[in-house]
Amino acid sequence: MTFLSFLISGISLGSIYAIIALGYTMVYGIAKMLNFAHGDVIMVGAYICFYAMSSFGLPPVVGILLAVVACTVLGMVIERLAYKPLRMAPSLAVLITAIGVSYFLQNSAQLLWSTNPKVFPSVVGNDGLKLFGGELSISYVTITTILTCLVIMVVLVSFTNHTRMGKAMRACSEDKGAAELMGINVDTTISVTFAIGSALAAVAGVLLCSAYPMLVPTTGSMPGIKAFTAAVFGGIGSIPGALLGGLLLGIIEIFAKAYISTQMSDAVVFAVLIVVLLVKPTGLLGKTIREKV
Amino acid sequence: MALLQVENINVYYGAIHAIKDVSFYVDEGEIVTLIGANGAGKTTTLQTISGLLRSRTGSILFGDTNISNVPAHKLVSRGLAQVPEGRRVFLQMTVQENLEMGAFTQPPSRIPEDLEAVFEQFPRLKERRRQVAGTLSGGEQQMLAMGRALMSHPKLLMLDEPSMGLAPILVEQIFDIIQRLNQKGSTILLVEQNAQMALTVAHRGYVLETGKIVTTGLGKELIESPEIKKAYLGG
Repeated sequence: MTFLSFLISGISLGSIYAIIALGYTMVYGIAKMLNFAHGDVIMVGAYICFYAMSSFGLPPVVGILLAVVACTVLGMVIERLAYKPLRMAPSLAVLITAIGVSYFLQNSAQLLWSTNPKVFPSVVGNDGLKLFGGELSISYVTITTILTCLVIMVVLVSFTNHTRMGKAMRACSEDKGAAELMGINVDTTISVTFAIGSALAAVAGVLLCSAYPMLVPTTGSMPGIKAFTAAVFGGIGSIPGALLGGLLLGIIEIFAKAYISTQMSDAVVFAVLIVVLLVKPTGLLGKTIREKV
Repeated sequence: MALLQVENINVYYGAIHAIKDVSFYVDEGEIVTLIGANGAGKTTTLQTISGLLRSRTGSILFGDTNISNVPAHKLVSRGLAQVPEGRRVFLQMTVQENLEMGAFTQPPSRIPEDLEAVFEQFPRLKERRRQVAGTLSGGEQQMLAMGRALMSHPKLLMLDEPSMGLAPILVEQIFDIIQRLNQKGSTILLVEQNAQMALTVAHRGYVLETGKIVTTGLGKELIESPEIKKAYLGG
């Protein structure tokens, strides 16, 4: 029963990683850049939800919506101001800028909200289901997280496969020049991608802080790096890959904590990543496209 | 009045002066070809017209509007379509999705009918409509790239090296298709290294050498010209 309980915790943590990883992977797929500020957008989302609920006494749903709207705007503004001017720049310049944006957000959060930890109130309460006569308890946060992740996946996959904008995104991720020749506005498409990724970051931030309620300005950075790892693990650029990578990473992390060592769990997670990349450099679901000449 | 009038364009890649004072025109209903060796500036010229590159001087009139500063993605709805060099179909998308992308600027209600029209031109694509474009042969990909461009109902269809990398029999097929499209009313600007084939189907041709137009004339005149024969036709 403890095994099952660990597994469920792993899936729940993995779902959060997966939601964050989706933002990384979609932005990478289309803008071909690693947005290392993504983790910090999560933190901003969590703070906004926190203040909406605790200072203004708004209901959790409104708090979440505010966080989603604020992060969507933040993501688009970051893209417009920091990344768009670098569209033609070498990728190293973009990478350094992304790290700069990440520090900028963390330090702004320190100025605005101080470094004192905030205790985040769970958006779905602290109760849970008791199964098998109380032997296995699953909190509502866990259930909500897993369900949210599934819904997001289904919506995103059908969005990219069946809508005009979604297909335009796939076209841009393959070949921006050709997409432009189809009449697709590549700049708009990139902006929409950042908007979606950042909205998901807000959701992830709220779920993360509901499960692990300590909120500080660096809250987003470790989950951000783990989710990036998950995206690479699953095959960066691939939406199902982000889900698989996120879930596996969460499960491995929880099992490592439970059965190996709490301190060593992160080392185990990254060791698994290294092994996967040695065996399959494109990640689990990554595609190698062989160009026909 | 010409459908496309290119006037004294100069294009640079950094310090490299790639296109020097190039001027030419395409009339409605014509096939016009730009021929020249590798690196002569053919693709650069096309990309400048389609808005992917910018000219420092001169003008590009399409109909009666100057399009030299219009972004590429806005030119499609004005009736300009380019089939890029190397085809550049979306390899991970299906044949049908590729064609739908070609119709991105069209009202969605029109797409089913236009798909049928393209499938009629290219029956092979209909058989493979659910297949991912990456699994098509080079010739099929070229047909897909052309079909995709036709989905936007272009007034001017620009083809960049459609014969590149294709077996001789397929090259002939592709040129047959080009002629057929033209007979059905498409105006075509064709960029080719295969001067022989291009001049055979084209009404008029321009010869580019290191970024400059050096000769122009009717297709059949150019094909007979001794200099052209010597330089481009291996005779």
